[in-house]
Amino acid sequence: MKKLLLGDEAVALGAINAGLSGVYAYPGTPSTEITEYIQSHPLAKERGIHSRWCTNEKTAMEAALGMSYAGKRALVCMKHVGMNVCADAFVNSAITGVKGGLIVLAADDPSMHSSQNEQDSRFYAKFALVPCLEPSNQQEAYDMMAYGFDLSEKLGEPIVLRVVTRLAHSRAAVEVTEPKAERDLSPSTDQWVLLPGIARKKYVKLIEKQDAMKQASAESIYNKVEAAAGKTGILACGIAYNYVKEALGSDANLVKISQYPLPEEKIKALAAKCDELLVIEDGQPVVEELVKGLLGAGYPVKGRLTGDLPRTGELTPDNVAKALGKAAGAVFAPAKNMAARPPQLCQGCGHRDVYAALNQVLADYPEHRVFGDIGCYTLGALPPFQSLSSCVDMGASITMAKGAADAGLFPSVAIIGDSTFTHSGMTGLLDAVNDKANITVIISDNLTTGMTGGQDSAGTNKYEAICLGLGVEPEHVRVVVPLPKNMPEITRVIKEEIEYKGVSVIIPRRECIQTFARHARAKKQ
Amino acid sequence: MKKDIILCGVGGQGILSIATIIGEAATKAGLYLKQAEVHGMSQRGGDVQSNLRLSTEPIWSDLIAEAGADLIISMEPMESMRYLAYLSKEGRIVTSSKPFVNIPNYPDEEALQKELDTLPSIKLDIETVAKDCGNPRGANMVLLGMAAPAIGILSVENLRQAIATVFARKGEQVVEANLKAFDAGVNAGTL
Repeated sequence: MKKLLLGDEAVALGAINAGLSGVYAYPGTPSTEITEYIQSHPLAKERGIHSRWCTNEKTAMEAALGMSYAGKRALVCMKHVGMNVCADAFVNSAITGVKGGLIVLAADDPSMHSSQNEQDSRFYAKFALVPCLEPSNQQEAYDMMAYGFDLSEKLGEPIVLRVVTRLAHSRAAVEVTEPKAERDLSPSTDQWVLLPGIARKKYVKLIEKQDAMKQASAESIYNKVEAAAGKTGILACGIAYNYVKEALGSDANLVKISQYPLPEEKIKALAAKCDELLVIEDGQPVVEELVKGLLGAGYPVKGRLTGDLPRTGELTPDNVAKALGKAAGAVFAPAKNMAARPPQLCQGCGHRDVYAALNQVLADYPEHRVFGDIGCYTLGALPPFQSLSSCVDMGASITMAKGAADAGLFPSVAIIGDSTFTHSGMTGLLDAVNDKANITVIISDNLTTGMTGGQDSAGTNKYEAICLGLGVEPEHVRVVVPLPKNMPEITRVIKEEIEYKGVSVIIPRRECIQTFARHARAKKQ
Repeated sequence: MKKDIILCGVGGQGILSIATIIGEAATKAGLYLKQAEVHGMSQRGGDVQSNLRLSTEPIWSDLIAEAGADLIISMEPMESMRYLAYLSKEGRIVTSSKPFVNIPNYPDEEALQKELDTLPSIKLDIETVAKDCGNPRGANMVLLGMAAPAIGILSVENLRQAIATVFARKGEQVVEANLKAFDAGVNAGTL
């Protein structure tokens, strides 16, 4: 049966039909729809497949590893930067090994459509010494779930499945198979205790498995050779394959690469019959660097490092066609009457009232800085508010404000969303309390994870309790309702807490207007 | 036969519903389809677009190449010109004529309309048409109706059936209202 599916949905359905027992994830573009699809899928509901959102990617990775330990198949999903958050657990899961199949799905975002960097998760797979699958289309994304779980169980190692935005968020018809049964509970009898004495032995085992991983790549149906005439051999990784086929059709002389470690023999054979290789990969020049090492300094290898493809940004049919020497068609001149239309906070959004109040108060403190965080409210950096001095990673607002306050900056203000606070802000707040840092923290609580479309937020109804539990003085945990009519009260509270020499937390709380509207519509129906 | 379409507008204007309907119709008609869309941050009042590729043959790339689009369907006049580099020299623009002004430096409206007239385009005040047929939220269906004859690879009837399927779970009234808006677009667009 064929179904029209987003790349993310193909991953989700592929996992369910491969006998998944739990998905563990924190929302992040472009990975969010995977977990959402599983949450709403009838079979997943019937089977009771775990799909509730996790507090962050690290808790997700660890819970998935626990499910694997118990013998069942687990999937962890995140956007690429989530790999940084779960890196400790992820890298060590390669040392412990796995029991039930474990797939770590990283959704990379070349061109930073909705991200702060272009990091390439294939590096993480190589770093942890585990295989990586990189589907070229929605069908492969679906098929690779069952394939990946089988491979994971065969090798006893986690598998990284890397997708990019243009696959995650593109729809195509997918041939869907019958669902398999879940695996039975069968906890590992092996000790996953990474004390040095045990870890050393396990690390040697992981190294010994490298040959089996290479063998799996060499034999993989996803790494295939397409021979044609031509002096330039092409290595087409993941979705790059589509752009090459779009430009050259059956004239492409290539190795398609969708499973790592690299299929070295296929690459060497292509190099031997060509004069040069062109590496086309979406993201960073991972393969280009590896192939240079594989073929030696004398063999010409072209790609992003040589400028044949742009060093930054995603692949497009245009930059790939150009690298392949195809002439571009005639285009219309750019429109003269044109202006950029950056994203902005919704009209009526509570974050707007928070920034309006904050800007009003801080106008009296020319030396002030506001450290921002990741979410819709990052848009407070743009006009009309232009309130923020930083946005680096999840939770960094509080800790950067603390560091700046340690250095003597005043007022040092942090603004963070509710979901981001529970994701990675709580530990930083504890540091600030223990150090009696002179900072004002605003937890702008819209009762949801708004940026990614309104998923549940882990700490809803718990924020005052969390702050008090971490040791913030009760009289300096203040709650306000961000509405224009409350402006006098909000500005007074902000002013008072800035003047307090210590850690204060202000919680402006009003539901996201998008989820509010959705809830209202649902009620009406 | 193939048809490459760029759907565009401002986040929240309903271009993804148009994509869903064309996708449903194409699937029913047994066409190959790829549809790339942008989610996440850009949806918040910023420019949004979706690449929709329909073909009787298998499709490789999820994205349309420069000078490759047969059609740009836009919910907003300035947005209809943002992707000009992707429009084929033989391509056409079908757009709403009514500016959505949520930025301080929106171009002079008269100059904008004039420039649009120099391009192979048809435009219509789809919001007024939608209101006139009693479905103020159906402007995107009016636009789809306007574009329907130009889509070609799908018939007007294919699209009508897809509207009925997509909106079925919202009840007969919603289906009828959207079909009415769609038909108004078909009639206006072919004038």
